[in-house]
Amino acid sequence: MVRHETHQAYVLGPLVKTRFSGWPLAALVITGLLMVPIVSVLSSFLTPAGEVWHHLWRTQLVELITNTVLLLAGVGGGTLVVGTGLAWLVVYHHFPGRAFFEWALILPLAIPAYVLGFVFLGLFDFAGPLQTFLRATFGQGFRLPTLRSYGGVTLMMTLVFYPYVYLLARSAFRGQGAATIEMARSLGRSPLRAFLMVTLPIARPALVAGVALAMMEALADFGTVATFGYRTLTEAIYRVWYGMFDRTAATQLASGLLCFALGLLLVERISRGRARFTETHHRGAGVTPTVLRGGRAALAVSACLAVLGPGFLLPVGQLGLWTLKTFQTGQFAPAFGALLLNTLYLAGLATGLACLIAVVLAYASRLHPSPSVRWSAQCAALGYALPGSVVAVGVLLPLAWLDHTVVVALLERVLGRSGGLLLTGSAVGLIFAYLVRFLAVSLQTVDASLTNIPPSLDDAARSLGASGSRVLRRVHLPLMRRGLLTALILVFVEVMKEMPATLLLRPFGLNTLAVEVWKRTSEAMWQEAAVPALAIVAAGILPVLLAIRLSARK
Amino acid sequence: MCMRHMFRQKAILVLAVMATLGVGVALPATLAATAEVVVVYTARHYGQEPVFEAFTKQTGIEIQSFDGSPSELFERLRAEGDKTPADVLISVDAGDLWNATQAGLLAKIDSPELQANIPAHLRDAENRWFAITVRARTIMYNTRKVKPEELSTYEALGDPKWKNRLCLRSSNHIYNQSLLATMIKRFGEAKVEAIVRGWVANNPTLISSDTRILESIAAGECDIGLTNSYYLGRLLAKDPNFPVAPFWANQQSTGTHVNISGAGVTAHAKHRANAIKLIEFLSRPEAQQGLANNNFEYPANPQAPVHPILAKWGPFKQDDIDVAAASEFQVAAVKLADRVGYK
Repeated sequence: MVRHETHQAYVLGPLVKTRFSGWPLAALVITGLLMVPIVSVLSSFLTPAGEVWHHLWRTQLVELITNTVLLLAGVGGGTLVVGTGLAWLVVYHHFPGRAFFEWALILPLAIPAYVLGFVFLGLFDFAGPLQTFLRATFGQGFRLPTLRSYGGVTLMMTLVFYPYVYLLARSAFRGQGAATIEMARSLGRSPLRAFLMVTLPIARPALVAGVALAMMEALADFGTVATFGYRTLTEAIYRVWYGMFDRTAATQLASGLLCFALGLLLVERISRGRARFTETHHRGAGVTPTVLRGGRAALAVSACLAVLGPGFLLPVGQLGLWTLKTFQTGQFAPAFGALLLNTLYLAGLATGLACLIAVVLAYASRLHPSPSVRWSAQCAALGYALPGSVVAVGVLLPLAWLDHTVVVALLERVLGRSGGLLLTGSAVGLIFAYLVRFLAVSLQTVDASLTNIPPSLDDAARSLGASGSRVLRRVHLPLMRRGLLTALILVFVEVMKEMPATLLLRPFGLNTLAVEVWKRTSEAMWQEAAVPALAIVAAGILPVLLAIRLSARK
Repeated sequence: MCMRHMFRQKAILVLAVMATLGVGVALPATLAATAEVVVVYTARHYGQEPVFEAFTKQTGIEIQSFDGSPSELFERLRAEGDKTPADVLISVDAGDLWNATQAGLLAKIDSPELQANIPAHLRDAENRWFAITVRARTIMYNTRKVKPEELSTYEALGDPKWKNRLCLRSSNHIYNQSLLATMIKRFGEAKVEAIVRGWVANNPTLISSDTRILESIAAGECDIGLTNSYYLGRLLAKDPNFPVAPFWANQQSTGTHVNISGAGVTAHAKHRANAIKLIEFLSRPEAQQGLANNNFEYPANPQAPVHPILAKWGPFKQDDIDVAAASEFQVAAVKLADRVGYK
C-alpha cells in the first residue's frame, strides 16, 4: 500500500516537471557567472610555467603537499571531534551553564584565525609573558614546545573553525527530535550507543558538510600559516606570486587547491549519496536531556570552558587589554564609525545575496536533480578553497577586461564623458568576490537543511497543484528557518573577517575593519590592531545573538 | 492568507533594502573632481603621515591615499590601466619600484629640485622614481650576551659559533629577498649559496616578523638576528633600555645593505602636476625629517637631520649597490633559498 502511494507520487513528479520551470535555468546562469573567476584561474594553464614547476618539484612540492594533507587531516579531525562532541553535550545533557554555553560556543567563529594567531604568539611565544614568567620561576633553560609548528597551526584552526561543525551538528541533532533516539533506547541501547549508532549516522550529512567547510577554510588560509611558518600550498602560491613574480605559476598552484576542494566535495557527496536520511515525524516531542550532576556536570562545564577559553575568552581579553592601552595613549582610529558602517554594509549585502543564491541553487537541484544542475552548483562553490587574493585576481582580470572594452565605451556614450571604471572602481567586484569565496558556506548549510526535509512533503504539495516556488515558500522555507539563519550568520561573519580580497578589490576610499587590522598587523603593531579586531569580533557576535533570539521565538 | 500576506510584505521589504544597498554599490566612489587633489597608492602604512597634512596645509592640494601591499597595488594599477585614479605610487622596496617601471606603470619626472635633493644612487636612472626614506637591514644583537667585536659581516653569520643563536625572518619576505639579490649581483650565485647554507646550518629560528625577532633577541631565544633598522627604533622609542643594538655589517668591505621607500608618478596620472609637487615636497629637508622620524628611518635627502635615536647608532657605510637593478636576481634569490632549505 505504502509502496503504491509512493510510486504514484513518483509518477506525478515528472508530469509536473515537464512544465517549463525557471529554476534550472536560473541556477545555471548564476553558477556560470560565479564560475568566471575560477575559470580565469584555471586558464593559467594555457600559459606554460614549466620552469617554476620543475624548481618546486626539485625543492619542496612533496613537502608542500604532505604539509597540506596533514593540516587538512588535523583540522578535519579536530573540528569533527570538538564540534560534534560539544553539540552532543549541549543537546542531550543538562548541566549548569548549558543555556549559556549552547550559544557561547558559536562565538569563536567571530575571531579571525589571523587574530587568534597573533594573540597566541604574543602570549605564549618565547618572548611572551607566560614563558618569561616560567623562565623566571624554573630557570633560564625552561622552554615550552614552540607554537610555530604543525601542532600550533592545527590548534589555532581547530579553535576557530570547529563552530562550523558544532552549528550544523547541533541543528541536525535537534532536528532529529526524540523519536529515533528513544526507539533505540527502547530496544535496549545505552544513551551513548544510541547516539553513536543512530543519531550520528543520521546527522552525517550535516557533520560532513561542517567538516568540509572547516577543511576548505584551512586550505585557503594564508595569514595563519605564514605567521606560524608552516608551509602549505597556499603559502607557496604567495611565494611564487610575490617572490618570483610569476602569477601564472601561482594561479596554477591555486588550481591544485581546487583539486583538493573537489576531492572534499566528492567525499561529501558520496557520503551523502549512499545514505539519504530524512526525518518524517520530528515535529513530535523534543529531546529530553540527561541531567548531569556532581563530577559529571563539572566535567561537562570544563569541556566547554576548555574550548571557549582559548578560542574566545583569551583572545577577547587580550584584545580588550590592548584596546584599553590604546585609549590611554590616545591612538584611537578617528574614522572608526565609518569603518564599522562600511564593514556592516558590505557584509550585509554579500550575505543577503549569498543566501538568496544558495536557496535558488539548492532548490533547483532538488526540483531537478540532474547531474548538470547539481554539479554546477557544487563547482560554483569551489571558490571557498581558494585564498582570497587568488579569487580577487580571478575577479579583477575579467572585470577589468569588461570594464575597459565594454563598460567604458558604454558609459562614455551615455554620459558624454569618461565615467571611470564602473565595475572595478566600485564595490561590484568586491561583492562578486565575496560571493565566489563564500557561496559554499551558505550553500552547504542551506543544502543540508533542505536535505533533511522529506521529499514526500514536496510530492504532497505538488500533487495538490502547488507550483515550485509556492512549495518553496510555504513548505520548505519555514522548515529551513534554522538552517537559513545559520547560513546568514556564517556568511556575515566570514565576509567581515575577509582580508585579502577586500584589500585588492575595495573601491577607492572604502576601508573596512579588516583592512585596518591588516595595516597594523603587517607592521607588527599588534596593540594598535586591537581596536579594529575587537570591533570585528563584536560585530560578529551581534548577528549570532540576534539569530539566537529569532530561533528561540517559535 | 494572513501568513502569506506577511511573507509577501517581508519579502518586499528585504528586496527593497537589498536594492537600495545595491545601488550604492554600483556607484563608483566618486572622487572629488573639482577641488585640487592628488591620489596616492601607498605601501607605506606606518600610521598617520603628518607630512601629508603639512602638504595640504601648504599647497591646498588634498591627498587621497589608498593603502595596500606592494604586490596588490601593482596588480591593481596594472588592471586599471589608463583609467587608474592613482597619480602617485609609493612603495617600500626598490625592487617593487623597479617592477613598476618594467611594467610601464611609472612616468619620467623632469624636476631639477628632486635631482638636487635625492642623491643619484637613491633614484631611478631615468627619473621614474625617487627614494623618500632609507632603511638599513643589518645585524641586531643582544647587548647583554654578545660583544660587537664578535660580529663582522652577513657572510660570517654562517660561522658555527652562532649555531642555535640566530633568528632570521622567513625567506618569503621581500626584505630578505632584496638582501640576497644584492649579494647575488655582487658575489655570484655559487658564493651566496655557500653563505646561506652556512646560515641554515646554524639552525636559525625562523620568525615571520622583524619586531618579533627583536623581541626574541631581547628575551634570549636567540642572540643575534637580521632586521630592518626602524623596527629597533620603534622599540627603543617605547623602551630606551631595550637590550638590543644594531651592528653595522660589512663596514670593512661592501657596506651595510640599505633599501628605500620611494615614490613615482604613474604613467596615466590625472593630476600629474600635483603629483610632482607632492614628491618634490616630500624631498625637502623639513618633510624628510617628518617622514623619516615618523617611522625611525633615515632621510633620503642628506640635508635632513637624523632622529636622535638613530644618531646614537652613529654613521655607517652604506652599500651603494643599485638595489633596484639587483631585483633582476630576486627570482634567483628565492630559488636559492628553496635549494638550500632556507624557508
